[in-house]
Amino acid sequence: MSIKTYAMAIRDTIASEMRRDENVFCMGEDIETAGGSFGCTRDLYKEFGVERVRNTPISEAGFVGAGVGAANAGMRPIVELMYWDFAYVAMDQILNQAAKIRYMFGGKAKVPMVIRGQQGIGKGNAAQHSQCPEVFFMHIPGLKVAMPSCAEDAAGLLRTAIRDDNPVAFIEHKALYFIKGEVPDDPEFMIPFGQAKIRREGSDVTIVATHLFVNRSLEAAEKLEKEGISCEVIDPRTIVPFDYDTVINSVKKTGRLVVAHEAQKTAGMGAQVVTYVQEHAFNYMDAPAQVVGAKPCPVPFNLGLETAAIPTVDDIVAAVKKTLYK
Amino acid sequence: MIDKKRSLWIYNKMNEIRNFELKALELFEENKLRGSVHLYIGEEAVAATICSSLRDEDYITSTHRGHGHCIAKGAELDKAMAELMGKATGYCRGRGGSMHIADLTKGNLGANGIVGGGLPIATGAALASKMRGQDRVAVSFFGDGASNEGTFHESLNLASLWKLPIIFVCENNGFGISVPAWQSTSVENISDRAHGYNMPGETVDGNDVNAVDEAFQRALKRAKAGEGPTLIECKTYRWMGHWIGDPQLYRTREEVEAWKEKCPIKRYRAYLLENGIASEEELGEIESRTKAAVDAAAEFAMNSPEPDPAGVLEDVYFEG
Repeated sequence: MSIKTYAMAIRDTIASEMRRDENVFCMGEDIETAGGSFGCTRDLYKEFGVERVRNTPISEAGFVGAGVGAANAGMRPIVELMYWDFAYVAMDQILNQAAKIRYMFGGKAKVPMVIRGQQGIGKGNAAQHSQCPEVFFMHIPGLKVAMPSCAEDAAGLLRTAIRDDNPVAFIEHKALYFIKGEVPDDPEFMIPFGQAKIRREGSDVTIVATHLFVNRSLEAAEKLEKEGISCEVIDPRTIVPFDYDTVINSVKKTGRLVVAHEAQKTAGMGAQVVTYVQEHAFNYMDAPAQVVGAKPCPVPFNLGLETAAIPTVDDIVAAVKKTLYK
Repeated sequence: MIDKKRSLWIYNKMNEIRNFELKALELFEENKLRGSVHLYIGEEAVAATICSSLRDEDYITSTHRGHGHCIAKGAELDKAMAELMGKATGYCRGRGGSMHIADLTKGNLGANGIVGGGLPIATGAALASKMRGQDRVAVSFFGDGASNEGTFHESLNLASLWKLPIIFVCENNGFGISVPAWQSTSVENISDRAHGYNMPGETVDGNDVNAVDEAFQRALKRAKAGEGPTLIECKTYRWMGHWIGDPQLYRTREEVEAWKEKCPIKRYRAYLLENGIASEEELGEIESRTKAAVDAAAEFAMNSPEPDPAGVLEDVYFEG
């Protein structure tokens, strides 16, 4: 075990996979000498050279698409999007090409490719650099979607993503990069996709949360415990595939569900999870499920406005109480 | 100079494509095919000539008007026709149809329903070839319409910057669906755009096998020498509408008839005979053999089973 930041867990996992498999390479904006805007490829060019740690022009549709073609041709590209917000200019290559190639071609092609980058609030970057667009990638069949919330998960999920023969949207969070945690040193450490982690056990209310909202939910659970309310906090870790079984089993025990995320509440992941749970476990539920998500506005610049748009720990506390009719 | 063996290969492929397309049209009109079918009739010289210099391990990306590229890159007519009919025996097991035929075993990275969608993919395949120290080249076929998409410009820039072994082949058939070039494209010759990306650009008569071949050999040599990409614009014309059923209000019958006079197959046939490269008998044999092969492919497709609806969720993901 080593203590390292979430960003270094990502960097070290990329390095170990590049050592293991010469077909793995990175490309993206500012990833060479600059080491990526958040340090996730820091110094990798020194070990692997500038061919395999390849700076690209600001040309997302071009280099994401080149990743698709390289993957078709036997490479295992890791393509960095500096911000997931920038995926929108490469959406055709992600959603129409990478995601659909295998199915359209009758199962005779594969696209072993990781598209990674960060999303979310934390830097005061406003509307075009702070979004959480994960649901777009959840919505289109053919992509897998990972969302690590701690350094250990970042390492274990990224290794799984790099070795997966499907395109993976690997979504990091900018406010998590500098948070340290224990990470196994084992170069084979992998976390299977579709296995949620119960981050806190509880008996009264189930909270499903991703990214920053795992910690915000744990904080909410601490507060609620003082009022005698026991919360179970589940981090799905990958939203495609999604470990519905762990959520359903928890809801069967608690009878109550809150889903909390930073992304838009409207048509967000929470809407999908609640739909699934009511289809499969309605008879176990003692109250309507609640979704905690961003207000329906672009992420504002001013900190006070940003805080007003994005849910807080207290919003999670209130949603939990609502399921208890309090 | 194209040797006799390759000349006959090209003539054979042009005839396979022409007959395949005519059969597809017939089946569509008999309601035996559905969907959007974009015919390549009139443009056969481009795909057949270029693919005559490619090996199975070389890559292509194709377009919505992709049957010709697929056949020229080695697609079996049976499986291609079965895919057009959505059958279980088709290249994509009925999941792709006319616009999505691919055969990675033959280096065909796929037709593409998105205009400009294939250019970055071919660029990436060329990047893989270069990174792995292989001598494989990539050819991206696309139309005049795609040259106005961002992916065209981004791909040319990347390929030139990284000196990739790729040849960009623009089939300029004069129209993006109904919009003529003068309403859509800022340059007279799309090959002019090559200069903006520091690579050679050539415009050739796309209905002339020899002209296409000469330009392509130069580009191929350059790609294999590690000197980088080339943009070749082949001026040609599609005889049929954008899709089967297109009312074609944007052009006159006279214009279409004039282009039919410039039929690439007729023209190459005359060339082969005049220059004593092939005999009437040899060419006649190719014509009847390809027609019979296409008829057999249609029979195969019609007699093939439909895909099992229970398998609709298969192959969304690679499992393994």
